[in-house]
Amino acid sequence: MKVLNNVKAVSEALEVAMEKWDDVVVYGEDAGYEGGVFRATEGLQAKFGEKRCFDAPISEAVFAGVAIGMAVNKMKPVVELQFEGLGWPSLQNILGHMGRMRNRTRGKYPTPVVIRMPMGGGIRALELHSEAMEAMYAHTPGIKVVCPSTPYDTKGLILAAIESPDPVIVFEPTKLYRAFKQEVPEGFYTVEIGKAFKIQEGNDLTVVTYGAQTVDCQKAIDELEEKNPDVTIELIDLRSIQPWDKEMIFESVKKTGRLLVVHEAIRSFSVSAEIIASVNEECFEYLKAPSMRCTGYDIVIPFDSGEAYHQPHPKKILVKMEEILNYKF
Amino acid sequence: MKFIGKFDPLKDEVVRIMDKNGKIIDEKLVPKMTDKELIDAYSLMNLSRRQDDFQNKAQRQGRLLSFLSSTGQEASEIGYTLPLIKGKDWFSSGYRNNAAWLSVGMPMRNIMLYWMGNEYGGQSPKGVNSLPPNIIIGSQFSHATGIAFAEKYRGTGGVAVTTTGDGGMSEGETYEAMNFAKIHELPVIFICENNKWAISTPYKKSTKSLNIAVKGIATGMPSIKVDGNDLLAVYAVAKEAVEHARSGKGPVFIECDTYRLGAHSSSDNPDIYRPKAEFEEALKSDPLIRMKKYLIDKKIWTDKKQEALDKKQDEFIRAEFDWAEANKSYELEDVFNFQFAEKTPDLEKQYKEAKEFFAKYPEVAKGGHH
Repeated sequence: MKVLNNVKAVSEALEVAMEKWDDVVVYGEDAGYEGGVFRATEGLQAKFGEKRCFDAPISEAVFAGVAIGMAVNKMKPVVELQFEGLGWPSLQNILGHMGRMRNRTRGKYPTPVVIRMPMGGGIRALELHSEAMEAMYAHTPGIKVVCPSTPYDTKGLILAAIESPDPVIVFEPTKLYRAFKQEVPEGFYTVEIGKAFKIQEGNDLTVVTYGAQTVDCQKAIDELEEKNPDVTIELIDLRSIQPWDKEMIFESVKKTGRLLVVHEAIRSFSVSAEIIASVNEECFEYLKAPSMRCTGYDIVIPFDSGEAYHQPHPKKILVKMEEILNYKF
Repeated sequence: MKFIGKFDPLKDEVVRIMDKNGKIIDEKLVPKMTDKELIDAYSLMNLSRRQDDFQNKAQRQGRLLSFLSSTGQEASEIGYTLPLIKGKDWFSSGYRNNAAWLSVGMPMRNIMLYWMGNEYGGQSPKGVNSLPPNIIIGSQFSHATGIAFAEKYRGTGGVAVTTTGDGGMSEGETYEAMNFAKIHELPVIFICENNKWAISTPYKKSTKSLNIAVKGIATGMPSIKVDGNDLLAVYAVAKEAVEHARSGKGPVFIECDTYRLGAHSSSDNPDIYRPKAEFEEALKSDPLIRMKKYLIDKKIWTDKKQEALDKKQDEFIRAEFDWAEANKSYELEDVFNFQFAEKTPDLEKQYKEAKEFFAKYPEVAKGGHH
């Protein structure tokens, strides 16, 4: 076992993958010599050489497109986008080709590319450095989307993504890169894509979240449970956004009868919209209150001075949980 | 090197081996090709032209959705694909590449299926490394670069060829891909078929560059302009470029100076925007006529042989079309089966839901509700 934070878990995953598979290459802006702005790829070039870990020119469209060509020609590229919001030029290739190539060649040329990107706010960054647009990627057919929140899941999900025969986007919550450490097994292991993780059991309310909000939710739940010792909350870390673990969430909602979904991404057409719609379809007669959500608003992510208005906060989550628990038909 | 580095795009020099009447201008530049190779190349040009004509008629009858013809570009497309080794080298196409697809080994029936709206047409058969038609302009340059990266990385010796039009050179990604390829000295040939029109936007409104070839120079790669209606010139230059790339010297950019004789697509009418005089002038450089004159002068071709070839090819085209038309529909499974390596549980559920629905209401699957 090693004790790692999230960003070190990324490096560890990439190192293990590069040792395991000769055809894994890692690149992105500054990802080579310096190891990226967050140092997620630190040490990889020194260990594996410039052939396998290198700096890409600042041209996101091309390095997503090149990854598609590499994957068509049977390599396993792992691309680092410096920040999610700086990756918009790559959408042309991610949405227009990466998700479609398997289908348009009827399976002949799958594109098992992995694209990693730091996401989310709370890091006092500049404009376009705090985006959370995971729903847009999850909405795109042919692409899988994961968002780990712990070092164990980070390493396991990145390795699962690289092993996957399908393209996978890995969202890494920037705020959690160095937030805490955890024991992580050495060597190769995977966390299955599509499986959620139950952080704690409870009977009265199911809270579903992912990314940096797992920490906010835990804080809110601790406070609520302390105030109300007879109330217990079930907290689920989604981990995998597309596909997502319907089974675990439906089972939990059927038990608790109440659902809150929490994320920092903007509200409309979001991951919470999808989960709540699905719960309505599958668990309607079990519900004791309307399913609710605590999310960012439908606004351009505010600069640092206004960011607190937008981000879910333990207090906001707490208020929302109480609203559901106190709901009367 | 006979061409690369010898013909300077900054002086707007153009490689041309035969004139408009098929007469050789410079014997020293003529590539070594056997009579059979010459006739085979010409036959492919002829086949593609006749397929274009056939498809135009079929489209007007509503038997084809829409397609983009290569008429006028056959010398270019055949010229730059001939030096490729089947099963080893790669072709990352644009959407106007009929002659090139035939040349790299895409079965005509697949091409037809694609334009009939069936994704199986985009699947190259075993032993043919060709990506499907690319509707998103410019990204094929990136894909070719990635493919070439993998060839160099593994040392497998393959070369990738990719192509776009003069309009496609306005896309940032074309430059980005060339820049990336040159940084890594990748075995990839970038082609621009400058056919003078990006739908209705004329070349003169697409760029103020001296020519397109100079756009490659900024990346540091050898760049060259060639008469794209001269099969011998395109083939000779492309062959040299492929050898250059295969030997590890990095990418090459080639501008093929040509002309789109047909419409942009079967839904487009160039009479609205294309000056008649310009079109009539362009007809005088028709690559097919030029090549035919060359073969006749060489005494390896006759009008009688032409007649027999046309007949044989028309029969072939008809048979391929009939096959494609009879096989253009597919099963419900096919729309679900290729999203992921394995269907996700949710997709499996959606598939079952659709299956039950269409079993009950089969008429909905036939469409026709518009």
